[in-house]
Amino acid sequence: MSSETNGKGASRRAFLKGAVAAGTAAAGATMARAAGEPDPLITEVQDWASGLGDGVDATPYGLPIRFEDDVVRRNVEWLTADTISSINFTPIHALDGTITPQGCAFERHHSGAIELKKEDYRLMINGLVDTPLIFTYADLERFPRENHVYFCECAANTGMEWAGAQLNGAQFTHGMIHNMEYSGVTLRTLLEEAGLTAAGDLSDKWVYVEGADASSNGRSIPMEKALDDVLVAFKANGEALRKEHGYPVRLVVPGWEGNMWVKWLRRIEVMDGPVESREETSKYTDTLEDGTSRKWTWVMDAKSVVTSPSPQSPITHGAGPLVITGLAWSGRGAITRVDVSTDGGMNWTQARLAKEGETKALSRFYLEIDWDGSEMFLQSRAHDETGYVQPTKTELREVRGLNSIYHNNCIQTWWVKANGEAENVEVS
Amino acid sequence: MSKSLNLYGGTVLGAAVLLTAAYNFADRNITPMPGNADMMVATEASPYFSLIAAAEASAAAQEGKFGLGRPALPEEVAAWDVDVRPDGTGLPEGSGSVADGEMLFSEGCAICHGEFAEGVDNWPKLAGGDGTLADEDPLKTVGSYWPYLSTTWDYVHRSMPFGAAQTLSADDTYAITAYILYSNYLVDDDFVLSNQNFLEVEMPNADGFIVDDRDETEAHFWKDEPCMENCKDGVEITMRAAVLDVTPEEEGEAEEAMEEVNAGTATDEVIEAVAETAVEEAEVAALDMDLVSEGEKVFKKCKACHMVGDGAKNRVGPQLNGVMNRAMASVDGFKYSNTLKEMGEAGEVWNDETMAAFMADPKGYVKGTKMSFRGLKKDEDIAAVTEYLKSFSQ
Repeated sequence: MSSETNGKGASRRAFLKGAVAAGTAAAGATMARAAGEPDPLITEVQDWASGLGDGVDATPYGLPIRFEDDVVRRNVEWLTADTISSINFTPIHALDGTITPQGCAFERHHSGAIELKKEDYRLMINGLVDTPLIFTYADLERFPRENHVYFCECAANTGMEWAGAQLNGAQFTHGMIHNMEYSGVTLRTLLEEAGLTAAGDLSDKWVYVEGADASSNGRSIPMEKALDDVLVAFKANGEALRKEHGYPVRLVVPGWEGNMWVKWLRRIEVMDGPVESREETSKYTDTLEDGTSRKWTWVMDAKSVVTSPSPQSPITHGAGPLVITGLAWSGRGAITRVDVSTDGGMNWTQARLAKEGETKALSRFYLEIDWDGSEMFLQSRAHDETGYVQPTKTELREVRGLNSIYHNNCIQTWWVKANGEAENVEVS
Repeated sequence: MSKSLNLYGGTVLGAAVLLTAAYNFADRNITPMPGNADMMVATEASPYFSLIAAAEASAAAQEGKFGLGRPALPEEVAAWDVDVRPDGTGLPEGSGSVADGEMLFSEGCAICHGEFAEGVDNWPKLAGGDGTLADEDPLKTVGSYWPYLSTTWDYVHRSMPFGAAQTLSADDTYAITAYILYSNYLVDDDFVLSNQNFLEVEMPNADGFIVDDRDETEAHFWKDEPCMENCKDGVEITMRAAVLDVTPEEEGEAEEAMEEVNAGTATDEVIEAVAETAVEEAEVAALDMDLVSEGEKVFKKCKACHMVGDGAKNRVGPQLNGVMNRAMASVDGFKYSNTLKEMGEAGEVWNDETMAAFMADPKGYVKGTKMSFRGLKKDEDIAAVTEYLKSFSQ
């Protein structure tokens, strides 16, 4: 395992190698232009411009072109004992827009990603309902469907950074997140199909949801949320869910911590109280400085991060026009504004949102600057529609201490050096 | 030709979509029907009208429901509804002693959680940590952190042991839970836990939790207008990730370097690689591939602890590439039991016979083995897994 962990500066060396190579190429091109020598990529007929490419059906289901094979999920081996019960990270440093392709969207399993066929799929609704029901996958497809884009963030995203700057890359510090367009049936529709008269007063009722895998990953959700915007989803980004994201059916709990988005959803029980399962007591509770712990911290606070430039995405083009970009999101609603600082939070500029923020979905922001080639301390600060403003790490620590593990939504700092390299740092 | 075909297909599809839309609207019973029906239907003679009317009538009969799914049978609910709540709701009758729990724990849990529930490597520690929650490095265990005993019972019964969930009886679960309590010094060694005395056990951190209070304690994060200019005097680096240096190395760097080295002079290597592949294929061809694929399914039981195939590494158990016809206990870097080490040193080899004997009764064949697996009952499963392992000869 130690060979997987960074030897002194190995990854920085890799990034530098890329940066230097790109820098040389840029310099070469500039020199060629300066000398007035024409670019052979233009003046010489290239193979691809003369011969033929692949026919249709060369790849019945396509993967990204091989030049992009570094845009993949990555794992931090020392975090967990075993990959079966572990997590990996979305390569957010290399993506743009807001929709996360399923193939590189982070995975979190507690007993491994299981294979469950649609034909073998059953969903049970029981407990305080008028008629306990069993649905097949085909049954679910016959209910009215809705489409929504939502982010799914693990409560432990950025959890390794509580005590200090630790992991060098936006993928590792902020990559436990993805954002997809889900198609599915509202949980409300299914609960009403089973009938909620038996539950009586709904204001103090709960639903317990669990998966078909060995971990079951059971979670209790208050009825108010269950009837609000929770989806029982079977498609993501237009196609079937991937095995690792709960094929054939997962729960989508907009704005709330990813652990509640139960995969391979098999049972929904209406109850008069929470189960207090392992995942909502021993895990996903946040210990404060005095040793008491918050429970039921479901909503994900507003948060943002600059995805480029960042440690895995250094500046390779030297001074001049530079696109600073990143992601912002809030579990309480839509992002209304993102501020960016290049001097570690002394001065802020309002960034440009690529489009109006959507509720509980990722927003993409851009700030185009003319970089003078000097070092920067890049930060971003999200605002949501409730007026919440993303706090600094210091502000967060003042309330929560260092041992919360979960729900770290602090402002992130990247130290961008004059050579374009970036590093994860904390600043005063 | 293709153009006219497309147009025709489009027409049919369009009609189908309209029909579906009509059904959908009628079925949903959300949008007030008359308005939509008027808009969509020009005359009563239209076929859509009767469709909508029929659907509306049936929906009304079910009081806004769709009539989908079927009632769950009591046996089905009993099979899946096994959750246990803090007040004991859901606990089945039964009991188990600390002594029985210790044996079960040693056999099925200790490989990850340690003989005394102290945890192995990164696997969860289940005992200890009393009074550490406010420390710099709190140790959260069943004893020091978990607020409800029901959670332990529920989780052990539903999801443990890792790789063989839902195999423990109620009595076994009471016993294991009792042992975990004992390992946390919460009960004596003669304690017997049952559904009768379950609620009498006091959990030390039962009062250690508060409900999410961010709206109050973090109200100052809702700011009217945060500072935009000259917000602080200066900025200094207080901590650097490169100092800790725990970021995973860029994957593929080594391979890239190799590619560079090989570029241009690869002919010999390519030939060699092709030759190796040919040999591998010849070996694989001698296998019964049906049996191999059967074995792959059975091997799922082994996967929780063993890896096999490309990049397989030692985990809870040793990696199994080339295990067949290899000396016992010979994988580098894996800590075998003393018995297995001695067998290996005595020249014993994994072959059809020895592998079958071990898989049938691991603890009987290798006394003191670390493998907590109970063994495969069926000879055909053993043969299948053996064939599967042979397909990874190296």
